Amino acid sequence: MTSSQRFTPALAAIAVALPMLAVLIAIVQGASGGDTELWAHLREWVLARVAWNTVILVIGVVTIASLLGTALAWLTAACEFPGRAFFSWALLLPMAVPAYVLAFVAVATLDYAGAVPVALRGWFGDGLWLPPIRSTAGVILVLALAGYPYVYLMARGAFLTHGARALEAAQSLGLGPWQGLFRVAVPLARPWLAGGAALVAMETLADFGAVSVFNYDTFTTAIYQSWYGLFSIETALGLALLLLALVAAALAIERLARGRARYAASDAGVRSAARLGLRGARGWIAFGLAASVFALGFALPAVVLAQWAWQVAALDLDTRYLSYAFRTVSLAGLAAILCLALALVLGYATRFSAGRVTQAAARVATLGYAVPGAVLAVGVVTALATIDALWRTIAGGEGFWLQGTVFALLLGYVARFLTVAHGPVQGGFARIRPALEEAARGLGLSTREVVARLHLPLLGAGIGTALLLVFVDVMKEMPITLMTRPFGWDTLAVRVFEMTAEGEWERAALPSLAIVLAGLLPVILLTWRMERAARAA
Amino acid sequence: MSLRIALTRLLMPTLMVAALGLASQAQAAGSPLVVYSARKYQLVEQLFLEYGRERDIEVKSVTDDGAPLVQRLIAEGANSPADLFISVDAGDLWRATQAGLLSPIKSPLLEAAIPAHLRDPDGRWFGLAVRARTIAYSTERVKPVELSTYAALGDARWKGRLCLRSGKHVYNQSLVAMMMVDIGEQAAERVVRSWVANLAAEPFSSDTLLLNAIAAGQCDVGIVNSYYLGRLQSEKPGFPVQIFWADQKAGGTHVNISGGGVTTHAKNRAEAIRFLEWLASPAIQTRFASVNFEFPAHAGVDPLPVVAAWGTFEPKLVNVGKLGETQPAAVRLLDRAGWR
Repeated sequence: MTSSQRFTPALAAIAVALPMLAVLIAIVQGASGGDTELWAHLREWVLARVAWNTVILVIGVVTIASLLGTALAWLTAACEFPGRAFFSWALLLPMAVPAYVLAFVAVATLDYAGAVPVALRGWFGDGLWLPPIRSTAGVILVLALAGYPYVYLMARGAFLTHGARALEAAQSLGLGPWQGLFRVAVPLARPWLAGGAALVAMETLADFGAVSVFNYDTFTTAIYQSWYGLFSIETALGLALLLLALVAAALAIERLARGRARYAASDAGVRSAARLGLRGARGWIAFGLAASVFALGFALPAVVLAQWAWQVAALDLDTRYLSYAFRTVSLAGLAAILCLALALVLGYATRFSAGRVTQAAARVATLGYAVPGAVLAVGVVTALATIDALWRTIAGGEGFWLQGTVFALLLGYVARFLTVAHGPVQGGFARIRPALEEAARGLGLSTREVVARLHLPLLGAGIGTALLLVFVDVMKEMPITLMTRPFGWDTLAVRVFEMTAEGEWERAALPSLAIVLAGLLPVILLTWRMERAARAA
Repeated sequence: MSLRIALTRLLMPTLMVAALGLASQAQAAGSPLVVYSARKYQLVEQLFLEYGRERDIEVKSVTDDGAPLVQRLIAEGANSPADLFISVDAGDLWRATQAGLLSPIKSPLLEAAIPAHLRDPDGRWFGLAVRARTIAYSTERVKPVELSTYAALGDARWKGRLCLRSGKHVYNQSLVAMMMVDIGEQAAERVVRSWVANLAAEPFSSDTLLLNAIAAGQCDVGIVNSYYLGRLQSEKPGFPVQIFWADQKAGGTHVNISGGGVTTHAKNRAEAIRFLEWLASPAIQTRFASVNFEFPAHAGVDPLPVVAAWGTFEPKLVNVGKLGETQPAAVRLLDRAGWR
């Protein structure tokens, strides 16, 4: 390997990390000069409690989301049960429902004054005790329902390609189907499961909307409190950096635990084994699990939203919604393509260079998902203002060059959502065995041909997953869009914000429902392609 | 080759949208008025459009929470396009003046229209609508004679009957700030602790949820901004919750404002002042407040009938700017007292 070959991947990785690096520098600068007395107050009264709450929340959400995601992915990918074909794509739909919307629907319908408890008390009398939805268990359940599709999507990809074969191998070793799942299929799928779980963990850490509805205090609510309530942006950014350091440490531990194990499962050209038929009661248990997750995570919230939206549609629905939807979809699409392109560059860089610089750059580039959106937005606005000031000194003139443009918005999205594209793309790369590349090169294929004829086809599923995840995440995104959007660039999420800011959740049902509907299309498209790809294999 | 086709397919929309973004930038010819507004768009949209038509200018606006807008103004500095900052809480206006973001203006019109406790003594911001935070009670289980002051909600008779919104919300923080100004920090902390001890349920995330909880019987009294009840009462006639004006014999009910100020680096300063004056004029005041069931800041303008039906009340005459100044201390008090 020549020095330029070593050098290029490192440079490419650094280039990809630049947006997040700029944001990170702005946050570090902004965090300096915090009030020490305020920090003492936080240490004494706030930090221990929110740290404990956050740990409980993340452990609870990740555990439930991983169990649900893995179990459902296994059932739909490697088993046969009533309704499997429907559930295999329908179980992704909860992804289109923003966590803050799910949270509000849950509280509005299931809390004491909600329609369900009111009806139940009507039937069974006022003394009826019901488990309170506004509780730790409630917020964990809601975030797990919003988050499990990440695990499901990643795990399903892994199981579809080698799950059934793993089962066959297990059977030939004399293991039953469940032993096959736990001792062969799950360990084989570990990088993808861990990738999905990491996304859920980071999403939970950075969540503000859903935990606020439950009034559940986390690190993120403490960050907001320092900023909004205590008027100390310095302390807020400092807290965010502390959170980020903890996340980086957790990720490093995960890497250490995974050790040097390499996961490379070739999947091209091998026919899928037959599905494991679940007959009788077992089939219906599988159906029951899939149906209840689908109902709670998607069908029931969608029905409630539709009912609310119907009540206010006459007041609010007009042609503006077309432009909200158009801008939402354009921004989400643009961000998805951009994040995917950068994730591919990063994927190649880390594949061709194991150097420290490259790896470090990759880690920085993918940290943004754990930062609360509002904090990231402050970083983006500050970084751009600095760049613009620099530009004015160089080029003269006044006003802004980047601030208040679509570029600013996209920079924020890339900083925050690159992780989401990186995971699936990286998972795809992991499945391409280096031996395959060597063979292709041995046959005299150029680098371009290797990429076009070997990588892209094999990365297909990962690319689709990456696009979908970023697209749906950007549609739901609120704080970055609010703070960096150009004049007039209101999206559906902005509309939700405007409606909910004065507590008018019912009126926010219309834009929320529009987000859900706009999110359905790519979800259905992707699952349809996944199915087709799996069938063709 | 399919890769190339795929790339073209992806790039075309990218370019189209980017071009659109530039086009929407280029539209702003002339001298538009730029507003950063924490007051939500649907509450101000009609007025922005109307003023724009009247003056034949474009009124451009972005909405966000107050704190991010302040941060945006700080980051943008002298180059900020904003001419006017509108908030829904005096705290954010105070914060903005602390950061030097708002500039004093001299306007006899505004000074005559807006009572002194609802505007900055130095003319950097002016209240435009008044939001009263007071006691709401169940008409089925509470008689108004049982009610008197905010502090009395900590009495033993309300044990397990009181509902509160989250202490992380600015409306409660400014209420506690007012009490601190009024009765001192220690006494205020005792009151807050007595409230927390009386809670019937975990604090709610919104005043509307709280009012629904009172209606459903989960609790009997609570503290809310009155306009939330106005909305519910006009949507559901016979809603079994009423307003009680707190502290009428103890200095008056706590009020906060939605208001605005001209930015330090306003490019269109004259227009921004004129717009504020227009918003404070009697005809516009009615509409500015009514759309959200608030009270007009203009002393001579009546609120909506549904709002007027709650009767008149004496507001606490502390300058609302004091609320912002005291807010950080109030937040710490809330942390200590365990009002989540």
